[in-house]
This record gives sequence, structure tokens and C-alpha cells, in this order.
Amino acid sequence: MMTKVRYFSPAVVGVVLVFLPMLFGRAGTLQILATGLIFASLALTYNLLLGFTGLLSFGHALFFGTSVYATGIALTRWGWSLTSAALLAIIFTTVLGVITGAIALRVGGVPFAMVTLALAQGGFVLAGKNPGGVTNGADGFGLAVDRLPDFFVGVVNTKNLYWLSLALLVITYFVVSLATTSSPGRVWQGLRDNELRVEVLGLRPYTFKLISFTLAAFLSSLAGIVFTMVQGSITQHVLSTEVTLTLLVMVVLGGVGSHWGAALGGFVYTVANEQLTRLANSSAFEDLPTIIRGPLTQPVFLLGSLFVLVVLFAPGGLAGAVKQWELKRR
Amino acid sequence: MSDIILLTATGLGLAGLYFLVASGLSLIYGLMGVLNFAHGAFLTVGGYAAYVVMQKLLERDWGINSALVVGLLASMVAGALIAWFTEAALIRRLYARHIDQVLVTVGLGLAIGAAIAGYAGQDARFLLTPPWMDNVLVIGDARIPYDRFVLIAVGLMLFILLQVIMQKTRLGLIIRAGVENRAMVSALGVDVRIAFTAVFVIGGAAAGLAGSLFGVYSRQVSPAMGASVLIFAFIVVVIGGMGSLAGTAVASIVVGLIQQFTNYYATGIGDLAVVLLLALVLLTRPQGLLGKAVA
Repeated sequence: MMTKVRYFSPAVVGVVLVFLPMLFGRAGTLQILATGLIFASLALTYNLLLGFTGLLSFGHALFFGTSVYATGIALTRWGWSLTSAALLAIIFTTVLGVITGAIALRVGGVPFAMVTLALAQGGFVLAGKNPGGVTNGADGFGLAVDRLPDFFVGVVNTKNLYWLSLALLVITYFVVSLATTSSPGRVWQGLRDNELRVEVLGLRPYTFKLISFTLAAFLSSLAGIVFTMVQGSITQHVLSTEVTLTLLVMVVLGGVGSHWGAALGGFVYTVANEQLTRLANSSAFEDLPTIIRGPLTQPVFLLGSLFVLVVLFAPGGLAGAVKQWELKRR
Repeated sequence: MSDIILLTATGLGLAGLYFLVASGLSLIYGLMGVLNFAHGAFLTVGGYAAYVVMQKLLERDWGINSALVVGLLASMVAGALIAWFTEAALIRRLYARHIDQVLVTVGLGLAIGAAIAGYAGQDARFLLTPPWMDNVLVIGDARIPYDRFVLIAVGLMLFILLQVIMQKTRLGLIIRAGVENRAMVSALGVDVRIAFTAVFVIGGAAAGLAGSLFGVYSRQVSPAMGASVLIFAFIVVVIGGMGSLAGTAVASIVVGLIQQFTNYYATGIGDLAVVLLLALVLLTRPQGLLGKAVA
């Protein structure tokens, strides 16, 4: 019975996601859903590091954000076509992944976390300084939408952007699944579980970690391109540590080391954050005393507290809980 | 010449601030292997504790100087309390699960920051400071505001205090031994958990004090203040060598000075210069300036 569910549910989810624009026609809703799909993809790339290679990176936003800026600058400032801008974003981000990975992976564990954090902060600061007048500092800039193909422009075409985001998620899911079952993927999981053992087998952990890190950077660049098109604007926030921390929370809530868990975590977190923000600004909390209302109007407080509880009491996240439930039923 | 003196004083003041935050981080990491992401939130809590206490006291017609002193004490108490709670309620449950310990502090840091924003609002609050802080001391032809000296003095005092605790007391002995080899200390029948709580409380008090002093220095407190200092404190800890108090002190000074000087001679490049320095140190000495060679 379980195997039936296993093969049946992805098909159902896929069909529902493809036809979702027929149910939610509003452009605003579709944009939120599309953003959810993009963050699901990003969570998958982060999980590649945390869940499959055992690398706790605090600098993942650097790759996503760099891609967003590269796409935005090439389209808006230099008037490039979408194809050339996307290519630039992919190549630049991936090369950056190799360089920063080569530096950060010289240390492991917690120092690695701190170094990635610092390197990403470098990117954040650089974007804020407005080098050459291309980033417009902390204010950011609007995307030159007329550089995009017509079928991605305008409110009526939001559904096309939604499907583009869905395609991104499918491609990312496919690539990470393939990568983690390949032979380097096996080595990554070996590194996660016991690095010394991999070294004893005569393999260089450094090389394999760098491959994983670079692949994650490459896949994040794809998410960055789609995100730029969906949002239509570029802000410094995409490079902030907050983005990385959010990805971490998404992956842990969904389930570290589970592809579907991470993707679901990314999607649900994004949509929940959006809905909670709307709820906080509505009249729902008005009657509550200030001492309770204060934190409740902050989605990050609720999601952060939930995150702490999950780490303490359900370390496997949602995917872990489902797995336990499956085992019990057998 | 006057520029150089002013930049040096400001850089050293910044170094004092970094040391307040980074020393706790470094000790906690050295002893327990925990990267405390909530440390920035401790700082924010300290800053707001000082703000609230000073507001109340000033309403009751206290003098600004005495209100400030009580505010600084309140920030230390608040920082120590929240750090103690973190250790006792969260970190201790996750013994030997290092990644999960980091994750819990990440979540806690996010939640505390958001809770403060929920109560006090996203915007920065203006912090009233004694007028004498705006006075300047004239050295040569450089005019240096007094608040720089306050930061330098506090940083220096903490360094001396920590050195005394570490070198002269039994607690310091246990902490030093624990950093060296925790399993051995436990095996000898010493309860290391007391040292765990102690470093958290000391580190939290220092971070809380850093919060109120940073508030005094920038004349305001905001929910995001902790996060901005935390990143530089991390850099200081890595450059100095984790778990090494002297290394943290040296790195604080190096980072503070480099940031000030590069910012002055090439506008706005200071933060990047610090990140580059970090990359350079990692490439040549991955264990940090004064860290042990074993990673």
C-alpha cells in the first residue's frame, strides 16, 4: 500500500501544481505561489549541502543574490537579451561558487559556517556600496521589464511566470535527485556521516565537497534568474544573511536530507510567511493585549519558535516524522 | 596627523566593542564547540534593557549620568539572564549534537529579534546620552570624542577581568582545561557543566553590555543592531583563533583599525577589507592568528 502512495503522490502533486493557475487567477496570489516554488528550489540546493554533504553554510544567499544582481544589471543597465543575461548570471555565479568554496572549504565544521557567513556579507556590503553605479545601493532598482519576452510581461502573463517557476523546481528536483544517487553523491553522504572513513578509503574530501558546493551555487543561480523575472525588482535583501537563515529554517522544518521535505518546507514557509504577515496587518489580533499581540504580529517570531521546537523535539522535521509514522505502520 | 590619531582612537573604540562580543563567542566555542548565533540577540536585548531602564529613570528625574550607569548594569543583567536561559533550557538538552546546537541558537536569535521588533517596533529608538560624551579631548590637533575612550576602557577592563578569572580562579582553571581537553576534565571528576553555564553567563553579560555601549556610541537602539555587530564578531573570532582570548583581543584591534583606516582613505571599503583579511588569514593560517594548529 505504501509503495502505491510513494508513486502516486508525486503525480497528484504535479498535476495539482500544473493546474493551480486555473484555480487562483489573481496575479498577486500566483506571484506568491511562484515565489514559493522558487524558494522550494533554493531549499533543495541548500539541502544538497546541509542534508547530503553535511556542510553548514551561512553564505548561500551570496549565490542566489549574485545571480539576481547579474541578471538585473545585464538586462537593465546593459540592455542585454534575456538569454545572454541568464548565461552571464549562471557562469558568473558558478565561478564565484568555485572561488569562495575553494577558500571556505579549507576549514570545516563551525569555522566553515563562519567563513561562508563573512564571505556572503562581503557580497551584501559590496552591493550596498553601489560600485560603478550599477546596483543603486540599498534602494535597489526596478527590472527593465521590456527586455523580457512578451509572454513573461504583464499581469495576464503571471501564470507563465508561475509555470516557469514550476519548471525550475522540476529541473532542480531532477538534478539534485540524480546528483545524490550518482557516485560522487554517495561520497557526499559518506562525508556527511564520517569524513575520516572517506579519507581512509583514499578519496580527497576537499574535492568532493567543492563539487557539491559548486553544484549548489550553479542551481541557486537558476533560481536567482527566475526570481528576478517574477519579482521585477532587485533589492539588497537577496544577498542578506536573512535569506540564508530562512533557507536553513525551511530545510530543517521540512526535513534535513529529504528532497521532498526540503522542497515542501521552502514552499510552505514562503506562503505561510506571506499569509501570517497579512493576518498580522488585519484586525484579527486587534483585541489582544499588547503583550501577546506584539510577538504574534511578527511571522519570524512564530516561525523561529517553531523551528526551535522542531530542532529540540523532532530533529527529522516533517519528512522525519512521516518516516517514523511509516515505520510504525509496518 | 590629526586624522591618524582620531582614526586610531575610533578604531580602538570599535575594537573594544568587538572584544566585548567576540570574547564570549570565542570562549563558548572553545569550551563547548557551540557557535552561538543568538549572541547578537543577547546584544540587542542588552541595548533595549538599557533603553527601557534609562527611560523610566529619566522620567523620575534621575540625573543622566546615574541613569546611564544603572542602564549599563541592567544591560549586563539582561544579557546574562537570557544567556543563562539559552544554556539551561536549550543548549544543555542538545549535548554533543553540535549542528543542532547551532540551529537552536539560529532560531532563538531570529525569534528574539522578531519579538523585540514586535514590542518596540522595527524603527530605531533614540538613546539619550550624557552631554560630556560629546566633548572632545584634544591631542595634538586631533579632537577625539570621549565616548571612544569609554569603549576602549571597558574593552580593556573586560580583557583584564577575563585574564584574572582564567589565570587565578578555580573556575578559570576548569575552563582552560576544558578548552584543552573536555573529556579528560570530565573523566577526572570535575563537573564541566558549571563551566558551560559560567561561560554563557559571562559571555551574555559582556554581549549585553556591548549592546548598551553600542547604543550609547551610535545614540540609538534598533532590533537589527545585534545582527550587524555579530558578523564582525565572528570574523574577529576566526581571525584571532577560536578559543584563544589573547587572539580575540589582537584580532579585535586589527579588525577595528583596518576598518577605520580603509574606510577613511577609500570611502566605504572598510567592511570589504575586513572580509579580504579574513580570506587571507584562512589561506595562510586556517587556525587563526593565535589558534591551535588542530582544526
